[in-house]
Amino acid sequence: MYQWDFAVVWSYRWLFVNGLWVTLAFTAAIVALGLAVGLLSGLMRLSRLAPLRWTSQGYVEVFRCTPVLVQLVWFYYAMPILTGVEMSATTAGVLSLALYGGAFYSEIVRGGIASIETGQSEAALALGMTPAQSMRRIILPQALKRMVPPLMNQSIIQLKNTSLVSVLAVPDLLYQGQAAAHDSYRPLEIYTIVAVIYFAVLFPLTLLVGRLERRLARSD
Amino acid sequence: MSMTQPMIEVAALRKTFGANTVLRDVNLQVRKGEVVALIGPSGSGKSTLLRCLNLLVVPDGGRVRVGEQSFAFGGAFSLPGTAAMARFRAATGMVFQQFNLFPHMTVLANVMEGPLTVRRLPRARAEELARGLLAKVGLAEKAEQYPARLSGGQKQRVAIARALAMEPAVMLFDEATSALDPELVGEVLAVMQSLAAEGMTMVTVTHEIAFAREVAHRVVFLRDGVIVEDGPARQVIDTPREEATRAFLAHFHRQREG
Repeated sequence: MYQWDFAVVWSYRWLFVNGLWVTLAFTAAIVALGLAVGLLSGLMRLSRLAPLRWTSQGYVEVFRCTPVLVQLVWFYYAMPILTGVEMSATTAGVLSLALYGGAFYSEIVRGGIASIETGQSEAALALGMTPAQSMRRIILPQALKRMVPPLMNQSIIQLKNTSLVSVLAVPDLLYQGQAAAHDSYRPLEIYTIVAVIYFAVLFPLTLLVGRLERRLARSD
Repeated sequence: MSMTQPMIEVAALRKTFGANTVLRDVNLQVRKGEVVALIGPSGSGKSTLLRCLNLLVVPDGGRVRVGEQSFAFGGAFSLPGTAAMARFRAATGMVFQQFNLFPHMTVLANVMEGPLTVRRLPRARAEELARGLLAKVGLAEKAEQYPARLSGGQKQRVAIARALAMEPAVMLFDEATSALDPELVGEVLAVMQSLAAEGMTMVTVTHEIAFAREVAHRVVFLRDGVIVEDGPARQVIDTPREEATRAFLAHFHRQREG
């Protein structure tokens, strides 16, 4: 039977704190950027202009149908050779994870908007609103409410996906855990603690989404 | 606009959905202050014709004029732009079968939305207008409620107030009472009747034959995308000239008696 020794973990506490900080900052960046890209792409998907729809659909399918780890590595190694633009591991990580998440956000945005009854935009247009005014004043406020729970779910997945940037030696929680594991020769304790930290952050968020979903269901 | 020119003029209107021709060569004129009821079996094109009057449905051919604004469709004519269409629609008010109130806004905000967003009225002015209209439809005390809390009849009266807040030249009613419980139909018809009495130009698609007979000046009977009969309301309903109109109305009379 393995003899657990968590005392050793304590001496690496600042590594974990730094790693968690990087993970959270990374998450904030890719969620914010991903939401912007996703909203834009979702709106483009519903455009009357076919080229905008095709661009959006092409983007979504490319990023949904390739593994995010492959995208990460491709952005870091392949893209600089093709474009001549060097980028840091952090830039490559933010870019690929934001675009990956954006593809899923895009589908959530499209679905949320499509779920609003056509009578709503008809009523807005009949009042004399332009399609843009109808979207901003009538459709989006209702659709956003329906999108919040799935957007939060996707953002939770995004937080988990940040662990992949450790592959590019970005010093996130998992990367710092690896460093601590090599240093201490106690990988079981270290990786258990890493898992516990991810869980401690994500579980309350999951509960929050659940509560939000129930509250929105009641108000509909 | 001269006094003799009709408020609404539709000429040679055509509309097809895929292989299905819904309107073929429809000509219709509505004078200022006139109330016209569009009746006909389902699929006759009456709702589509109404929706062509505010371009919620864009015709494939023909001409539509409301007040001063006129559009021609088909052939060499390019589709009007979104801003031009919005301006055109702002001159007509529309009331829908399913009310289509904005559920994320209070009753008052629903009625203020057109004046604020489209007419760009100052908020105080828009609110004054909206409260006045809510009083007019008998719902002043519901101003701060959300639509979900209202009965169907109340929702439809709010929807009428919302459309009136644009101070339109024409009101269009698309089966405004068809989704209501029978006991709530009367309150909505009463509001429509008082609007008609004020001289509002109205086009209404309706299954309420008695209402059409009492309130409308003219009844237009459509079948298969064609205007079959168009005449004074009582004459068309009591002594229709066309066999098709008679057959359609007989169905209603049977329902009344049965």
